This record gives sequence, structure tokens and C-alpha cells, in this order.
Amino acid sequence: MSAQANGTHGRNGSASAQGKLGLDPGVVSACRQAAKQIADEVGEQIAGRTTVSVERSVTRLLGVDGADALEVPLPNVLVDHVHHGGGLGKGISHWLGNALLQSERTPQQIAEALSAGELDLLRIEQADEQAIRERITEECAAKLAEINRRFAERRATRERLGETATPQRYVLTATGDVYEDVVHAKAVAQAGGDIIAVIRSTAQSLLDYVPYGPTTEGYGGTFATQANFRIMREAMDEWSEQHGRYVRLSSFCSGLCMSEIAAMGAWEGFDNMVNDALYGILYRDINPVRGLIDQRISRMINGYFGVVINTGEDNYLRTADALEAAPSVTASQFINHQLAHASGVPDAQIGLGDAFEIDVPVTNSLLYEWAQAQLTRELFPDCPVKYMPPTRHMDGNLFRTHAADSLFNLVTIATGQGIQTIGVPTEGIFTPHIHDRVLGLQNVDYVFNAARDIGEEVEFKRGGIIQTHAQQVLSGARALLERIADTGLFKAIEEASFGDVSRKIDAGRGLEGIVETEPGYFNPVVGLMRDPAVADEASYA
Amino acid sequence: MRRDVDLTAVGPYADHLSDGLVQMSFTLPVPHSLAARKAALELAGKMGFSEPEVVHYEELTEGYTYFVMYGRCTQSVDFEALQGEGFDIEYMSEDEIERFAAEHLSRKVVVVGASTGSDTHSVGIDAMLNLKGYHGHHGLEGYHAFETHNLGSQVPNSVLLAKAIEVGADAILVSQTVTQQNLHVHNLTELVEMVEAEGRRGDMILACGGPRVSNELAKELGYDAGFSKGTEPHHLATFIVRELAARVASTT
Repeated sequence: MSAQANGTHGRNGSASAQGKLGLDPGVVSACRQAAKQIADEVGEQIAGRTTVSVERSVTRLLGVDGADALEVPLPNVLVDHVHHGGGLGKGISHWLGNALLQSERTPQQIAEALSAGELDLLRIEQADEQAIRERITEECAAKLAEINRRFAERRATRERLGETATPQRYVLTATGDVYEDVVHAKAVAQAGGDIIAVIRSTAQSLLDYVPYGPTTEGYGGTFATQANFRIMREAMDEWSEQHGRYVRLSSFCSGLCMSEIAAMGAWEGFDNMVNDALYGILYRDINPVRGLIDQRISRMINGYFGVVINTGEDNYLRTADALEAAPSVTASQFINHQLAHASGVPDAQIGLGDAFEIDVPVTNSLLYEWAQAQLTRELFPDCPVKYMPPTRHMDGNLFRTHAADSLFNLVTIATGQGIQTIGVPTEGIFTPHIHDRVLGLQNVDYVFNAARDIGEEVEFKRGGIIQTHAQQVLSGARALLERIADTGLFKAIEEASFGDVSRKIDAGRGLEGIVETEPGYFNPVVGLMRDPAVADEASYA
Repeated sequence: MRRDVDLTAVGPYADHLSDGLVQMSFTLPVPHSLAARKAALELAGKMGFSEPEVVHYEELTEGYTYFVMYGRCTQSVDFEALQGEGFDIEYMSEDEIERFAAEHLSRKVVVVGASTGSDTHSVGIDAMLNLKGYHGHHGLEGYHAFETHNLGSQVPNSVLLAKAIEVGADAILVSQTVTQQNLHVHNLTELVEMVEAEGRRGDMILACGGPRVSNELAKELGYDAGFSKGTEPHHLATFIVRELAARVASTT
């Protein structure tokens, strides 16, 4: 895939690749090796299984959309029908492929007929297995080609209109009403926002379905639905054309439907997606196996269509102390990086997470933040990195928060981060108001402009506070990674290695949605997106 | 010549007693224009501010204008009448709390806490309950005096209450961090109603916390106490052991 991702990070990002921190290359490569071993083992452990949401994602890529009279989405109607009939071990594609051979219906029409009670996929005549595979692969290839064509057009638009130089400013909106989100998004774009993400309604990550249609009520955010995606996309495309600057959209491939969101975002032309391997497991108590199966397919879809993913290491610093947890952030970056590679996502599309979260009264906190941010850049020079603002210790004094955000902005520009989530003065009080976001962006503009080339001017004292801190964090990360490589990621999660949160392999939400695949299991998406590991395991011929 | 503050008629202070100056900012859904500026001034007047002044205004997006304003507040309050209501609590240190609990309570204090409803933020409840605590003060988990159960975030009120009954909780703590459209009020009210419906209100201390929670709001909703931003774990611990000791004393 020609990933027109924002792989062009700050000039100092690459300039400093040789190192301002005096890192030991041996330690760095030991970290990479341990992370690869961890990711490989995850691949082995989740092999031979699929999930209800992975199968629903396949139907969505095949164009199935809509909901029945009870507002159950048609992808759920289809997959539940086969699952309850005991057939999901063969994959939804097997049953859909067979139904395509037996009638003139499209996948959408099959879903509608089934929903109307006119069709039973498990009881209709069964065609030859090879013929089924060919038919469904052909159908799937046509749909992927259609989505690829749309993304090619979008890339052309992006190039024609142009984008601002990195760091790209990533701004959230979260009104609960998609039509109000459009107003906020326009204000954010006008103030210089480059990527707009509509935060999801807080309860959505635990729903094992994606709601249907436009929504005007949500709490802490707006439901991610395909219709809402379309409304935002149309509004921002119109804004981009009018103002001659392309504005990207992002959403959240997280929760029990992380792979479905990836499919919906692909149809609607979303450029970026939050997509973390462990976030749902740690912070939404999603079963670890379910989460890791879903993330693999979700990231495979993002990777294939050139979507930039953002991982969520910043969150560990919200539940654990930022200085103590620093090695776990770096360790997780290595693991997330390897897991993303395993899904076929190239470096230029992997926005690893990092955050500015040291408690304000800590003396020299700016130096430690600078060290951590620079460390991330040097360890992953070809990844855009998504840098997050201070939130945990922001205490409601919005003027202090605004001041802390200025230092955060300084570190962002000095270390050449690829994407920056802007800080907002009212952080920690409520979901910010329209002008709070604009004030945040004005702070960013001021600091980025005032210190544009600071990264090229500044070097660090040998053995000074910054170098020493970075080296200590890296060596802590190595120790953690090697321990995890010994015990395995699932055990490490159980032992609360990340964010002080413990999760067990046989507990958590969505466990019942894991399905053991049978010998005849087939998933054309995996084959077509050419993920060798999954294709082998799916015995794709 | 220094004047004394008249505590029976207190108003905002900027640099002169009784100047009444208030800083405010807001957005109006109107196009950026001189008319917009006039509208903001007129609105401030209707809010009761005299000599309103727009010090900054700008367009956010077409049809939306942001204002930063000052105005003189013409109202005052009688501070004298408000004193003595006692919402300034004297807090004990961690050691003092341990000693107090050992002296006044014959067993561990069982505390169950959660961030309830759709709120995904566990930062508040974690700061209060987890060993690590907040701002260098241990959370309740780190005290000998407490047995804690932290259920995390997105916990339905029914699950929180069931757990509290199961472990024989002395206190239920509810955290509401980021909520929208006053959902926290609804969530908090629902829990009180459920505890009352179960006939357990008398057995348990109910406390809530969060950036938009105040002691006054908490009491209005039927809680024993509310804790806002800036609360450290030993503040909460002080309240719980004192309240429980008082209840024990009154029943024996």
C-alpha cells in the first residue's frame, strides 16, 4: 500500500536519529528482540480462533450495513444467526459465499432476507467448498477494490489541498451530538487543527455491536456510527475544499468492536484511527485473548488501507505514576510496534503513544519529559508518534493547565513529534467547550512558531539529567521486556505490568465472543490483505 | 489609608475593595461583528454587571464568536452570616488516623468504591483507594485501618451496591470524573435511591467525589459528604473514621 501517512515527522526527528541521548545500541536491539519474541508468542497463542466481531467486520467489508426493526445491526443479525446455529467455526464467509452461489442476492440482500426470516444460511443447499471460497473471495476483492479506489481519490485530494507540516495537531470533539460536533470541528479546523477525532460515547466500548444511524445523544462523546462518520467526513471535506487545507478525521478502533470500526472507517475515508493492542484489555476489562485477536484484524484493516494508527501508552501514565511507569511505556511501545508489524502495518503508519504526565511540582519535570519524548523519537525514528498532553494532574485551575500545556508544546516541537494531541485549559473539569479547544490551539501555534527550530539548536550535556534519565528508562524497559519475554504477555498483563492494572486470561468482557475455528475455516479478507501468519493459520489455499 | 473589609457586604476584589471586578469568557452563536460585541455587552448588563467591557473577541468559526470580558458585580453577600457552618474540617495525618481508628473502632473499616455509570475515568477513585494514592499521600489501601475494594470504572450502581452488601461495607465511595449534561447528578441520585430501597441507608456512610462534586451538592443529593478537586486520601480517611466513630458511639 502506498501509505500516504504522515511519516514525515519533524526535521529534528530524523536529524537526531543518530542520538542526542547517548543510547547504547546493544540495549536498543535487546529491547526489539524481546518485543519480537513477545509478539510472536501472542500470534501463536491466539491462532486457531476468531471472534464474533472479526466475523462481523468481514460482513461490513462485504458491504453489509443497516439494522433490523429492533435496531439490531445486520452484521450482528448475520453472525449471530450462524453462531447460534453452531456454524461460525467455519467463518461467516463460508456461509455467505455459499448463499451467494445459491441465489442472485448481494451480501446486503442476503442479510436483509435473513433478517426478514426468508432465509436460513445453515439450511440451504451446500455448494462445493472450493467454489464457495472462489465466489466469496471474488466478492470481497471487488469490495476492497472499491474502498481502495476511494482511498486513492482521497490521497489525491490530500496531496492537491496539502497539509500543514508536522507535528500535526490532533484535536478531540465530544459534544454527544454529531451535528454539534460538526460545529466544533469547523472551529477547530479554522484554528489550525489537522486531525479531528470525535470522542466516543463512554459506554460504547463495551457494546458488542456498533449502533446504527446518526446520533444526537451520547455521554462524554458521540457514538461512533457509520452515519456519524459520513456526516463528519462530508462536513470536513467541504471545509477542506473551501479553505484549501486538508483536514484528517480519526476515530477509535477500540472496545469490543475495534475491528468493525476499522471496516466502517475504511468505507467512510477516515485517515487515522486510535488502535492500541492492550488498551481495551487494561482499561475496559476486555478479555485479553478477545482483545488481542480483535486488534490483529483491526490493525490489519487499518494497515492495508494506509490508515495511520495511534497507540495508547499515554494511558498508563494516567493510572500509574509517570516517572515510575516510564519504562513500562517504552516497553509497551516496543510491543505495540511489533504487534502492529505482525498485522502488516508499516512504520510510517504506526503512531506510538507517549504523554507529558509528570506531576507539576516535580523539580526538573520539564527535563524528564524532554528526555522521555526524545527517547521515543530516537527509538522509533520512522514512526510518527502521538504525543499526549498533561491531564492527570490538571487540577481545575485552568490557568495553570494552560501554562503546563505551553511546556508540553515546547517539548513537542523540540523533539519533533509526528502528531500532537493538543492540551486544553479546561482539562479535567468537563468535556471542553468550543473556545477551550481554540485557546489550546492558539497556545500550540505560539510555541511551535516561537521555537520552530529549537530541536536542531539544542544538544544535551553528556551524562546530564536528560541523558541519564533516558538511559535509565531504556534499561528499565529492557529488564521489563526480557521478563515479559520469559513469562509471556498474558502473564505480564495478569501481573499488572502495564498501568498498574491486572487482567486474567480467562476473565473479562467479550470472552463468550471467541470462537474456535474448524478445519474448514475461511476468511478471504485475511488472505486478500496478505497477512501471512493469519492466512496460514486460516489454511487459505 | 487602609479600609477594613465589610464582611456583611462582600463583593469581588481586583485591586480596590468593592471594585467588584469579574473576569468572564463565553461564546455566542452569532457572526463575528460589531453587533456581536454589542450583544455581549448587553448580555453582561442583563447578568447584572455594570460597566461591562469586552477586552477580546474573535471568530471561532462562521456564526460563532468568543468573548473575554470584565464587568463590575453590583451584588454582595453577607459573609458574617455564613461563618460557623463548619465546612472547614481539620484533617488528621495518616498516623493520626491509624491511631484514632485503633482507639475508637474495634475492627477494620470496610470501604467499597467505584467510578459509576458511564464514566470511564478511574483516576479519582484510584487516587483515593489505591496504595499509591495522590500527591505523596497513600490511598486507603495503604492503611491498616481500612479494608478496601476498588471496583474501577464504568460500574453500574447496582453492582456497586451488591458488592457493598456482600462485603458488609461501612462506606461506599462514588467517583464521578468526567460527565456531561449533569449526568453525575443522575448517577449519584440513583445510588442513594437504591441504597434506601434496600433499607441500608442507615448502615453505610455514603460519600462521593469529583471535580464537579461539592460537599453542598453531595448533601443535597442525600450523601454524607462530597469531596472536590484537591482532596487527598487522608482528607477522606479522616472523614470516614470520625463519622464511623460517631455512629458507633451513638449506638452504644
